[in-house]
Formats: sequence, structure tokens, C-alpha cells
Amino acid sequence: MTNALEIGGLIKTYGDGFQALKGIDMNVREGDFFALLGPNGAGKSTTLGIVSSLVNKTAGTVRVFGHDIDTSLSDAKLHLGVVPQEFNFNQFEKVFDIVTTQAGYYGIPMKKAKVSAEKYLRKLGLWDKKDTPARMLSGGMKRRLMIARALVHEPKLLILDEPTAGVDIELRRSMWTFLEEMNRQGTTIILTTHYLEEAEALCRNIAIIDHGRILKHTSKRELLQQLHVETFVLDTESPLASAPALADFPCRLDGEGALEIDVEKGQGLNRVFVQLEALGIKVVSMRTKANRLEELFIRMVEENANEGAAPVSAGGAV
Amino acid sequence: MTPQAKMTAFNTIVLREIRRFTRIWPQTLLPPAVTMTLYFIIFGNLIGSRIGDMGGFDYMSFIVPGLIMMAVITSSYANVVSSFFSMKFQRSIEELLVSPVPDWIILAGYVCGGMARGLGIGFIVTLLSLGFTRLEIHNLPMVVVTVFLTSALFALGGFINAMLATKFDDISIVPTFVLTPLTYLGGVFYSINMLPEFWQGVSMINPILYMVNAFRFGILGVSDVNPFVALGMILVFITLLSAVALRMLQRGKGIRH
Repeated sequence: MTNALEIGGLIKTYGDGFQALKGIDMNVREGDFFALLGPNGAGKSTTLGIVSSLVNKTAGTVRVFGHDIDTSLSDAKLHLGVVPQEFNFNQFEKVFDIVTTQAGYYGIPMKKAKVSAEKYLRKLGLWDKKDTPARMLSGGMKRRLMIARALVHEPKLLILDEPTAGVDIELRRSMWTFLEEMNRQGTTIILTTHYLEEAEALCRNIAIIDHGRILKHTSKRELLQQLHVETFVLDTESPLASAPALADFPCRLDGEGALEIDVEKGQGLNRVFVQLEALGIKVVSMRTKANRLEELFIRMVEENANEGAAPVSAGGAV
Repeated sequence: MTPQAKMTAFNTIVLREIRRFTRIWPQTLLPPAVTMTLYFIIFGNLIGSRIGDMGGFDYMSFIVPGLIMMAVITSSYANVVSSFFSMKFQRSIEELLVSPVPDWIILAGYVCGGMARGLGIGFIVTLLSLGFTRLEIHNLPMVVVTVFLTSALFALGGFINAMLATKFDDISIVPTFVLTPLTYLGGVFYSINMLPEFWQGVSMINPILYMVNAFRFGILGVSDVNPFVALGMILVFITLLSAVALRMLQRGKGIRH
């Protein structure tokens, strides 16, 4: 299978001398749903900015479906759809005009552009707003407009920089469903997000970046296997006055009276329930606490900070 | 991109520009029409009737070509500088930068968009002038070539100004402190033959003098300068500014980090 994106030795030094990227190597396979994660200022947006030609690189190579941005930029761009972090459309233009104009920039004749614009505006629930000036849209609608605009030329690689920032939960979930559907239909997706729950729910492969270096570049499954302790939250039938003493399983009550139990990898949950049964505690429901990826992410970034931003792992191609 | 796709992209930029300035016509089309009508009434009719002939023509006939050119110059410039800078400011320029449109098509699209407004205004002002004087075209090809090239040149100037501008003040400095004085001193309202020799010499370094006079030659058949030298100068400036604008686009001056 070919790579949708190949990045090699990517360096970016800004005019003031700040080195935002210190030699990034990253590959994303065709058809992948890929997350680029990192704290603020880690280099995520700079990386994606270089891929989408909004930022000039200092050194390194970038190939989009085999097209080098140094030698065949136009071909590389044809395969690319970009949803930036901040709203970047003309606030005074109408929704339909924004999307069809973008299609025109890709050389799509107006007749076809109108069909494609209608398709994506309908899919994203914006068709009834097609004649509305963009400034009149809600924040969530503006985000969806940017997705429709990025898809109007049907790119093979879709890059989304914080696509669900500031979007309510219901809309976020519907955007997830939409993106999963696009991915199932063959669009390779790369996203950056601060909601690690989002990355865990959607992505198959992940790169973690910090201080301009890739800390980890692997599959989500492999990454999560590195998590040795998982915390489960148990709701009990009767409220507990205090956390019970369980052999080998540290536990405590959370703020709402639910029981949090830390379970190490390989311990299994059966012994937890046997002990709770013996204590007469009846469990009515159970869930994992927060998301596991978040724990890993925080741990890696902290380790990286403690090691003076030295790379933990160069990471292999996924 | 195929040549056909490039053509579509070019048309898209031009049509978008036309849609923009027609949507906000009270800001773009109406003011020059009102201003020029006032010029015709005050300078042409009221004051002009007391001035007498200039260059062998009544004063109204003399100033009409200059006023048309002034409107074309300021509108061509203003369209590109305000549109492109607004796109930079709102970051909607990124829509173009992520697309496969070649830089030269972006430049050509904006310049033609500026020309559409400049020439549109020129046409409106010409129609208005017919209410005050008779226009007899002396040399139509000269009129057409001069007005098209001048419009293109100032649209290019507006583009470079927008590329360099970092705040809204920067897009009004050149029109206010450079373009307007050069236009007023470019022989719109007088023949430089009226000036003392020293100031005639100084006037000759004003490029707008050449454009106004080439256009006046096309309409009235009189000019303070050789109109073909004027056309040559405009072409040289167009070549020069196109090269500068393209270089800036390729380097992403002010639009790419």
C-alpha cells in the first residue's frame, strides 16, 4: 500500500531563530485515520502548515501520494483537503459561494462545482444555510463549512487541525460519524486534536510530537498496550461510606461516590468482583476512567520535559 | 493542472472579484461617480467657463480625459489593494494558497479583477461626462490601449501594496500620499506648458503625466508628451511590477510563514 503522506527530516526555523520542527520523520498510509497529537506549541500546526503550503519549510522532504512538494507542488495539492484550526473564509460571502469558489480554485467547472457543493453541504447539514453569509453561522456551522469546503474537490487526503474545537458534544459526535464515514469510503484522514478521547475513538495510528520532535509514532493499539495501569469506575447499588480495602487493587471513592479501582495489566477483573462480592458490595455498572490515551500522552510529554526534550523514540513507519 | 483547469481557476478569481465590488457598489462604484460629477460641475462648468481654452480646447473638454484616467487609476489600485489585503487579514487567502492555482494565475486574476472595476468606473465616468461635453475620439486604439495598460499597471501596484501591508493603515498610505498628489500634479487639470520651465522638468518625472497625456492624445489629439513614449513606459513598468509581484508571491511575502 502506498503512503498518503511521507515526511522526512522536516525542519522549520522561523525568522526569529525559533526552531519549531527539529527533524520530523512521519509516514501516513493510504486509507489511514491518523492523529498527530501534542501540547500547544509542539509543532503540530507547523507540520500540517508545511504539508498544506501555508508555511515554508527550512529543510526536509514532504510527499503527498508520492508527489514531492518541491518538484510537483500542484499535483500534491490536488490530493489535499485542508481544514484549518481557525476560521479562514470571507465572512461576508455566502456559504454556497465559498464552497463553489474553492472548487473553482481546483479547476472544477461551475456546473460540477455546484453538484459537489450541494452534496457536501447536505451531508454536513448546511444546505438550508447555503444563501446565508458566513458571518451569520454559529461556530459549529462554520467548522462544518470549512469541512465542506475542504472536501468539495474530493481530496484523497484530508487534514483537519482541531476540527472539533469549541463544538458541543452532540455536534462533535456527528462530526466523528461523518469523518468515520469519509474514512470508510477511502479518504485518508490526519487530524490534530486536544480531545484525546477523539483520537482514541477515531484513529488507528498516532504520532505524538513535542518541542518539534516526534516522541512516538505507532499504532493506537501498540500505544495503549504501554499503559500498565487502567482505572475502572464502578457504580454501586448502595452508596459507600468509604473505599473498601481490596487486596492488590488500590481503590478510592471519587467525588460522586463511585468506586475507582486501579487494575494493572494482567491482573484481570475477576478478583476484583470476587472481593467486592465477599464484602457485600453490589456493582450496577462499570466504565473506564477518562481515556487511556490521555494518561499516556501526559506521561510521555512529562517524560520528554524531564529529559530536556530529547526524543524518546524516533518511531518507525506505521 | 490542465490548461482548462487553470482557465477555470482564473475565471473563478476574476468573477469572485467582480462579485465582491458589485456587492458593495455603494462603496466601490457610487463614490467615484459622485466625485467625478462634482468635478465636472465645479471645475468644468463653474470655474472652467471662466478659465477659457486650454491646449486649444474648452476647459471641460480638456479635463475630461484626465478625470476619466484618474478614476481608472484610483479604482484599479483600490480594488486590488483592499480585496487582497482583506483576504490576508481574514486569512481567506489560505483558500488560494492550499489550492493548486499557480502564482501567475493568482496575480493575473487579481489584476484582471482590479481592471474590471477600474474600466467599469472609467465607463461610468465617460457616460457621465457626456452630460457635460461632447466626446470625439481622435484615436480609438490609443484610448483603448492606454486605458487597459494603465489600469493593469495600477492594479499591479495595488497588489504589491497589499502584499507588503501589515495593517489597514498601510493600504491607505500610498493612495493618499503618493497616488493622489501624483495624479493631481499629472496634468489632469492643466497643461504642463503653463508651468515655469523648472516645474515642467519636475513634472516629467511623474509617470502619471504620461498616462494622462497618452489618453488625452487618444481623445483630443493633443498631448504634452510623446504618447508612444508614454505607452512604452507603461509597458516597462508593467513588466517590472509583474516580476516583483510574482517574486513576492513565490516567496510568500506576508502570506506564508
